[in-house]
Amino acid sequence: MNEQQSKKLDSKVPAGPLAEKWDKHRFDSKLVNPSNKRKFTLIVVGTGLAGASAAASLGELGYNVKAFFIHDSPRRAHSIAAQGGINASKNYANDGDSVWRLFYDTIKGGDYRAREANVYRLAQVSEAIIDQCVAQGVPFAREYGGVLANRSFGGAQVSRTFYARGQTGQQLLLGAYQAMMRQVDTGKVTLFKRREMLDLVTIDGRARGIITRNLLNGEIEAHEGDAVLLCTGGYGNLFYLSTNAMNSNATAAWRCYKRGAMFANPCFTQIHPTCIPVSGDHQSKLTLMSESLRNDGRVWVPLKAGDKRPPSQIPEQERDYYLERRYPSFGNLVPRDVASRAAKAVCDKGMGVGTTGQAVYLDFAEAIGRLGEAVIRDRYGNLFDMYEMITGENPYKTPMRIYPAVHYTMGGLWVDYNLMTTVPGLFALGECNFSDHGANRLGASALMQGLADGYFVIPYTIGNYLAGGGLDKVSADQEEFKTVMAEVNGRIGKLLGIKGKRDPRDFHRQLGKIMWDNVGMGRNEAGLKTAITEIGKLREEYWQNLRVPGEPTTLNKYLEFAGRVADYFELGELMARDALHREESCGGHFREEYQTSEGEAQRRDDQFAYVAAWEFKGDKAEPEMHKEELKFENVELKQRSYK
Amino acid sequence: MNDGMKIHLRIWRQPNGKAEGELVDYTIENVSPEMSFLEMLDVLNQQIIAKGEIPIEFDSDCREGICGSCGIVIDGVAHGPVKGTATCQLHMRHFKDGDTIVLEPWRANAFPIIKDLVVDRSALDSIITAGGYVSVHTGSAPDANANLIGKYAADKAMDAAACIGCGACVASCPNASAALFTAAKISHLVNLPQGLTERARRVRNMVEAMDTAGFGNCSNHGECQAVCPKEISIQTIAVMRREYLRSLTFDYAAAGDIAAGSD
Repeated sequence: MNEQQSKKLDSKVPAGPLAEKWDKHRFDSKLVNPSNKRKFTLIVVGTGLAGASAAASLGELGYNVKAFFIHDSPRRAHSIAAQGGINASKNYANDGDSVWRLFYDTIKGGDYRAREANVYRLAQVSEAIIDQCVAQGVPFAREYGGVLANRSFGGAQVSRTFYARGQTGQQLLLGAYQAMMRQVDTGKVTLFKRREMLDLVTIDGRARGIITRNLLNGEIEAHEGDAVLLCTGGYGNLFYLSTNAMNSNATAAWRCYKRGAMFANPCFTQIHPTCIPVSGDHQSKLTLMSESLRNDGRVWVPLKAGDKRPPSQIPEQERDYYLERRYPSFGNLVPRDVASRAAKAVCDKGMGVGTTGQAVYLDFAEAIGRLGEAVIRDRYGNLFDMYEMITGENPYKTPMRIYPAVHYTMGGLWVDYNLMTTVPGLFALGECNFSDHGANRLGASALMQGLADGYFVIPYTIGNYLAGGGLDKVSADQEEFKTVMAEVNGRIGKLLGIKGKRDPRDFHRQLGKIMWDNVGMGRNEAGLKTAITEIGKLREEYWQNLRVPGEPTTLNKYLEFAGRVADYFELGELMARDALHREESCGGHFREEYQTSEGEAQRRDDQFAYVAAWEFKGDKAEPEMHKEELKFENVELKQRSYK
Repeated sequence: MNDGMKIHLRIWRQPNGKAEGELVDYTIENVSPEMSFLEMLDVLNQQIIAKGEIPIEFDSDCREGICGSCGIVIDGVAHGPVKGTATCQLHMRHFKDGDTIVLEPWRANAFPIIKDLVVDRSALDSIITAGGYVSVHTGSAPDANANLIGKYAADKAMDAAACIGCGACVASCPNASAALFTAAKISHLVNLPQGLTERARRVRNMVEAMDTAGFGNCSNHGECQAVCPKEISIQTIAVMRREYLRSLTFDYAAAGDIAAGSD
């Protein structure tokens, strides 16, 4: 398969045994002298787990950091909404965990479409993350004896997930945010609030700055630096309805793609199995119910299609606990992609519940009977409250209704082992890169990766880049900045000038429907081709019939949306194109043409064991795909089985 | 939507921080009880845009009650009528057909109005910057289980740490005090051994930052606790006061002899 490897993609994975690669790489990496660090300015875009942890750690090292975020406060980044937990191979539970096992579970969970060396490093640094967070005062759950508590998550048979009630993301983010604010106090980190990155500026082929819009007054600003760290999260919001926040978007990453950063595996989208179902057309977003609920909740549907009886009147023998039936060894704790597809399968056959028939039950009656309501309240109280607030139903008394929803995107900007994109000096951290989760992310691994990248990877790898030299002083007054600023202004002017009839969210809703129907949980050739055509048509209408209200010089949410939706059309098309080319099923990418006789995903390792990285070739040209061959030297590629 | 409600809204409109604002009347029909309050505003905005007018600006992001972005004073109550609920988690089933609802922004000197229902809450960040953290460099942490922390203390810390920084406490306080916000962070960290080393410096710097930012003082009204979407207790304010008094009597010189750099 060597001929598959593109010359443009050098993963820079160090030679040597897997367990020694990171250690060796750190030793081989050049260092920046402490007194020289203050001469460098680093631009960090986004202040979620990856961005805040990077900004804090780099500030501590002595670099000057400029941190940009779209919210009023850096603490609002969507990492805050992560509920269930964070994995680490501490083996505190004494149940057989190890760095190797976390590595193996993550590679297998990702359906063998991630890079071994990156995943192994992730597992290695996972333990230091927990240490760091505890030292910051993150109030993880504890046992009565005072040690940290653990719980199980999907795709693993050990208890390695650390958690802070159902608010783990919040507490980890506040830890990173507080560490960053300490550096704000020392003057090493400067915050730029309510700024949206609208473009990347490259000089002599290197990333040297960004163009932002001040969301309060519409001012277009240029910021220069020695490197740019993109920590802007994923693109799940493209689907309109997702568990992402209202402001989560792909624009910064997409702008980088159009400036030369390749986009890897865009079709790898995670559909989370346990979300509160859609209630009507007014729906603005979907709410996740943490995967941790599957520790104690049992998933079922009525055995008979169209059974409209309330759940309490359906006797045990007329229920199908389909996950326990199909996957006896993992049961309700199968990975997310498997659980989501299984839910879709039963609903497609008419067994779905609720008014729409697009839901399954997640039932706690057995756990409440076994453990008592108080224990369940202690474990999941805030999630149960949230469910009741949204649905008006009490999940202690009646089973939750859940359905899969778009949650996370494994694809993202292609990065090498140093987290650098194909644009020198542009790094991508956290969800906005593609690197660690392959075709499916395991629960409680997103927080781990975001913090690994920010606390423990980038502080080493960026030094190697900066110490490599060649970074002449640049200024935001330079021609290169002015040119890109003019382009950004042009785009905004164009959006405002259309003066059509439909608002951007209306278009977005329609785009989301095309994506969900054709590039969602089940994909096939005809549907993907339809999606590409439909997206093209809608995009054409967008540029003729868009209505953006208000002025560009004030806070104007709909103008912000308009720019993001324009980018979603392009990214959505690339996702469909990528899904069409990948003629296999793996992880979250399920091509209906490629499934086993039992309906499981059928990988085709002989042809598709690679990362597909797409290169932008111009607005009118088709993107070019480059392949990074995935070499599995330490794990054997097997058909995933959770039976 | 055959059971759709008709809702009258009186919404604070203010084009920018310098202009005068006013309450403007709107009526929206076919409101489903399943809608969230902010989804109702989304639909209203869609109608406003269709008429060629300027939509209402309000902050909102996660819509799961955790990011703290949203915040509207609804009929005089920060985050509205349902206890322990952020604006984004409030649903229209709590209102009835024909209701008139008044929507206003957070009002406090330290939270200048930006536009309509959006205010600037950066002042809260300045309080955290002053000391709302444990000073621990990345990489210098001991093993996570090296310090045993009893479940009770960990739970107390978590109760306080649940603050989402929305500012409802400030908006509802007659003094526009940020005491509950500040006390929640102090209480979170002082309940954990990791937070003890800097406890004296932390409380003094954070309280000073709160004053500098233009927040008022606490005079025990308890309105903050009543509206807090995370139901953070004003007991944390008692903790903050105790910590503050302790810091005033703290012998820095003696402490310096025992552990250099500690307070």
